[in-house]
Amino acid sequence: MNTNRKQFARGLRVGVPISLGYLAVSFTLGITAKNAGLSAFQATLTSLLVNASAGQYAAFTAMAAQSGFLEIAILEAVTNARYILMSCSLSQKLPPKGKLWHRLVIGFNVNDELFGMAIAEPDKLNAWYYFGMMTVAMPGWALGTFLGTSVGNVLPANVVSALSVGLYGMFLAVIIPAAKKSKIILGVVAVSMAASFALDCIPLFAQVASGTRIILITVVIAAGAALLFPVKEEGEKEAEHGA
Amino acid sequence: MEPNVYLYIAVVAGVTYLIRVLPLTLIRREIKNTFLRSFLYYVPYVTLAAMTFPAILQATDSVWSGLAALVVGVIVAWCSGNLFLVAASGCLVVFIVELLL
Repeated sequence: MNTNRKQFARGLRVGVPISLGYLAVSFTLGITAKNAGLSAFQATLTSLLVNASAGQYAAFTAMAAQSGFLEIAILEAVTNARYILMSCSLSQKLPPKGKLWHRLVIGFNVNDELFGMAIAEPDKLNAWYYFGMMTVAMPGWALGTFLGTSVGNVLPANVVSALSVGLYGMFLAVIIPAAKKSKIILGVVAVSMAASFALDCIPLFAQVASGTRIILITVVIAAGAALLFPVKEEGEKEAEHGA
Repeated sequence: MEPNVYLYIAVVAGVTYLIRVLPLTLIRREIKNTFLRSFLYYVPYVTLAAMTFPAILQATDSVWSGLAALVVGVIVAWCSGNLFLVAASGCLVVFIVELLL
């Protein structure tokens, strides 16, 4: 119990910068929602329930275009498909004998930032650490959306432009320290960025939706790296548990 | 679109939750296969790297401010790794560069 409480408190602390970053990012998302014709309440509700930047952006755009329900469901599955890979990764990071409800709650908010923090844990992931991060991060995401839809037009354009880069800073904070420690990850990161840049430039691929391109790059490069540089058992204790 | 908005939201939320929760709950045991383990180990680094670049160049009002944010972000992340510091320095650089341009 005591360690769970400590892990929860640690999650709350780690969640603060994430929440502030969310506030900025979802603020711009709120402006999109407003332009799509959603009320502040509807946009905030979506943020509370969905917690996905690219997925929500795609959803708001499709709602404005009055797309069909099946179409919007497929669109959502594609733009959020990278979460399938992240959830598979997380399923390995959680203790195999952990409680089911832990996984049901975590599943509510698997996203790039929390996933990055969870993966950065040296050992198994304590679910309460994740709950702590969620407790702080989710209100930031919802509040930012609310502010974006209600007062989005008040901020000067150069402030909005500056805030919109915050999300990428958070991504860099996850991948760069790992690349510093491992030359293989450094290479994987460099190749991934180069491939992403190349697909963005090549006319044939540039027309493919960015979410689909990300999935393509992820599957090809991660599979290539796994073939060339297989990861040895992370800790002996995991191997000893056996079947 | 008024009456349908909540149905839209329900569909979007439902699909997104299923995508996240199914792998989490269905894969309970540890994957033993070395290839699969390695694949899942590399996934986040590839995804996050590909999502950052070149998108960061298009996120701001000018390509140059986005590039400056990338360079500064990489340097700060390399030296400190603090999430908030990296994000804040990126935002600050964009603000300053766009003032100068």
